[in-house]
Amino acid sequence: MAAYSLDELEYWNDKIEKLVWDAGLDCYEQHFEICSYEDMLCYEAYVGMPSHYPHWSFGKAYERQKTFYKYNLVGLPYEMVINSDPCIAYLMRDNTLLIHILTMAHVYGHNDFFKNNRLFKRDTRANLEMEMFKAHANRVREYIQDPSIGPDKVERILDAAHGLKFQTCRHGERKKISEEEEGTVPERLKDDLLAFLAEKGKLAEWERDLIHIVREETMYFIPQLETKIMNEGWASYWHYQILNQLELPQGLHLEFLQRHHLVIRPHQGQINPYFLGFKMFEYLDQQPGGREKIMAIRSEDRDQSFIRRYLNQELCEKLHLFSYSVQGDDIVVTEVANEEGWKTVRDNLANAVGLGSIPIIRPVGVEDGTLLLEHVCDHRELELNYAQETVKYIVDLWGGKVNLRVKIDHNPKIISCSEGKIVNIHD
Amino acid sequence: MAIFKDGNTNSSDRSAWDRKRHRQLVEESIKKNLGDIIAEESIIGQSKDKKIKIPIRGIKEYQFIYGKNAGGTGSGEGQEAKGQVIGKTNGQPGQQPGQGQAGNNPGEDVYETEITIEELTSYLFDDLQLPDMERKKFAQIESERKFKRSSFQRKGIPPHLNKKRTLSEKIKRQKMAQRDKCDSEENESPERIPFHENDLRYCRIKEDTRRHSNAVVICIMDTSGSMDQTKKYLARSFYFLLYQFVRWKYEHVEVAFIAHTTTAQEVNEQEFFHRGETGGTYISSGYEKALEIIEQRYNPAIWNIYIFHCSDGDNWGEDNAKAVALVNQLCTISNLFGYGEITTSSMYGSAISKEYEKQIHLENFIMVMMGDKTDIWPAFKKILDTESGGNS
Repeated sequence: MAAYSLDELEYWNDKIEKLVWDAGLDCYEQHFEICSYEDMLCYEAYVGMPSHYPHWSFGKAYERQKTFYKYNLVGLPYEMVINSDPCIAYLMRDNTLLIHILTMAHVYGHNDFFKNNRLFKRDTRANLEMEMFKAHANRVREYIQDPSIGPDKVERILDAAHGLKFQTCRHGERKKISEEEEGTVPERLKDDLLAFLAEKGKLAEWERDLIHIVREETMYFIPQLETKIMNEGWASYWHYQILNQLELPQGLHLEFLQRHHLVIRPHQGQINPYFLGFKMFEYLDQQPGGREKIMAIRSEDRDQSFIRRYLNQELCEKLHLFSYSVQGDDIVVTEVANEEGWKTVRDNLANAVGLGSIPIIRPVGVEDGTLLLEHVCDHRELELNYAQETVKYIVDLWGGKVNLRVKIDHNPKIISCSEGKIVNIHD
Repeated sequence: MAIFKDGNTNSSDRSAWDRKRHRQLVEESIKKNLGDIIAEESIIGQSKDKKIKIPIRGIKEYQFIYGKNAGGTGSGEGQEAKGQVIGKTNGQPGQQPGQGQAGNNPGEDVYETEITIEELTSYLFDDLQLPDMERKKFAQIESERKFKRSSFQRKGIPPHLNKKRTLSEKIKRQKMAQRDKCDSEENESPERIPFHENDLRYCRIKEDTRRHSNAVVICIMDTSGSMDQTKKYLARSFYFLLYQFVRWKYEHVEVAFIAHTTTAQEVNEQEFFHRGETGGTYISSGYEKALEIIEQRYNPAIWNIYIFHCSDGDNWGEDNAKAVALVNQLCTISNLFGYGEITTSSMYGSAISKEYEKQIHLENFIMVMMGDKTDIWPAFKKILDTESGGNS
C-alpha cells in the first residue's frame, strides 16, 4: 500500500463523518472501496457500475480513457461515486493521503445530494439500482448466448438504442407502457421516441426488452445529467468546508488548497461545473439565511432552474461569463455579463445545461408505414452528419422508412431514410 | 460509520470482451478503407517491415447533437468584449451531449494506428476472401517432404518403436499388478516383469509435405515521355499491390523490373519506382527484354511467371503488330500476363489496347483500364479473378 494505512483513512473518515453530521447533511450509509488504477479505468468506462451488460462502446471508452491518461490529456478521477443505498465510492489506491481525505469529504457531499435531491428521490430507487444493473446484464447475456439470437443481433439493437438513448421521456416519470390508447402516436408516447419504437416498431420481444433496458438505464442517469453543476458544486463546497475544519497538519493543508483550486479552477471559454457550482453555493451560503436556503436548493432544483433562479448579475460578472456563437470559422463573443447582457448570458446557459444540450426528436405520425419525426427546434439546429447516421438507427428499430423534419439554415427540410438505409435531404 | 474495503487486487479484467469487440470493429473499419490507404504514395516502395501510420476514424457512436450554430457559454477573464473573436473552430461537429462547451472539444475520435506493410497486405488479401482451394493452386511444386512424429499408436514397425513410452506403459502395468497383489494379500514379490506385447508403443508418423513454389514477377513499365507523373504514380500503386500479392502467395518471389521507352533495360526497384525518362515508345522492346530475362534465368517449367505491363498505350503505330505477337508468346510461358492501361485523360482505349482486344484471346491475358486511383483496387480484383479462373 502507498504512504498511508487503512487505519489512517478510518481515522480521518471518523472526523469527516462527524463534521458531516454537524453540518446537517443527511447521507446513506457510506462504503469505500479501494481499487487499482486499472479498476478505476474500468469503473469509469462502465459508468461506475461493476456489473454492467457488455457492449463494445464500453471497451472503446476504456481504451480512450487509457490513451488520454497515457498522454496526460486528462487526470485520473480521484473518486467515483455511485448513487445507491448504501452509497458506494471507489478510491484509487495510488493517491496520496490528502487526496483520499479530500475525496472522502467530497463523496459525502454527493451522497447527501443523491439522498435528498428531488430528481434522484423521484426517478431512481437507490436501494434497487445495483440489482437492476445486474438483472439487465444477465438478460443481455442470455440473449447473446441464445443460439437463435447471438451477439451480432444483440449488438445491432444496442447500437441503435444507444444512439437514441436520450430520446426518451425527460421528466423521469416511469410511465407504464401499455397498449390501452389508440392512435398512431398515443399521447403518452409523444415525448418518448424510444418507448414509441419499442412499442410500435417491427421488433421481436427480446428486441423490445433490449430497448427497455437501455431506456431504464437512461432514466437512472438523467438525474445525474440534469444536476451536474449542482451536484459537483455541492460536493466541492462541502469538501472545502469540511477540510477547513479538520485542522489538517500544515503540509496536508497546503496540499489541500492546491488540489482544491485545481478542481474548481475556471476552464477558459468553457463552463467547469465544479467551478460554477462551487462559486454559486459559496455565494448563496453567505447571503442572509444562506445555510437553510442552500439546503432547500439542493433538495428542490436541477441545473436549469438553479441557474435561472440564482445566477444573478453579480455572480455573472464575478465569474466573467459570456455567450458566444460560431460565425464562419470564428468563435465570436455575442454577449457579456454586464448590465444589459447578463440575462441573455444566464438564459443561454440555463437552456444548454443538462438535457438542454441534447436535441429533442419526437414522433408525430405514421403515413403508409413511414414514420414521421420532427426535431423540436429552438434556434439551434442539428449537426447534419450525425443526424443522417442516427436516423439509420431509427430505421433499424422502426423497421421501415423514416422521415425527419428539421431546419437547415432556417429552412424547413426533411431528412429521409429508406428501409435500405439510403439517406437524402429534401424540402 | 463508513465501511472500508480493500478491493481485491486480482479482479478479473471484465472489460476484456468489450475491448476485443471494439478492436474488431476498428479492424473492420481499417479494412473498409484499404482502397484509399493502398493508393497512398508514401507506402509504395517501402520495405515490408516498415511501420506506416494510418489515421482511422474511431468507431462513432452517433446521436442527435446540435451543430455549430448552437453557440454556447463560457467563463473568461473579464476582458471579453462583444464581437471579439476568441477562437476558431476546426471543422469539428458541435458539442458532445452533456457538455455545454465549444472551441476545443475533442469532437472527432481519430486514432492513428501503426501497422506494418505486411499486416496491411494480409488485411488486404483476407478482405478478398479467396477460398483456400485457390491458394493451393499457386503452390504446385513440392519442395520438401518431411516426416513428423505425432502421437502414438499400438501397432507399427520396429524402427518406429518409442522406447520411453513403451517403458512407461510397462511400469504402469507393473504397478497395477503390485496393487492387485497387495489386495489379495499374497506377498510373493515377482522378480521380474517382462515386457508384454501390449506395452509396445510406436510413433505415429505423419507425412508433412511442404509445397513450395517459386514465382517471378516481371514488371514492365513504360517510362516514355507521355507517361507523366500522375500516370507513373498510378502504375506504381498498381505494381505495389501486385507485388505484395504475389509475395504473399509464394515463399520465394523474385522480381525483375524492366523500364522501356523505345529500348528496354532491366533496372532495380529504386530506379523503377522513382525514375523518369523521356522519349518515344516501342512496347515490344519491353517484351523482348522480358523474354530474354525468362530465357536466361527463369525456366518456365520451374517458375511461376507473372508479367505485368503498365503503359498509357501511346505506342508507335509500326510497333503494334510486333507487340501483339510478343504478348502471345509471353502468354504461353507465363501464368498470367496483365496489361494495365492508364488513361488519365479519356476512358477510350488506345490503338494498342484495341489490337490486344481483337487479337489476343488467351485465358491468362487480362487487360485493365485505370483512370484514377480509385480504379486501382477494382482493376486489381479483376486481375485476381482471371488468375483464379485462368488456372482452373
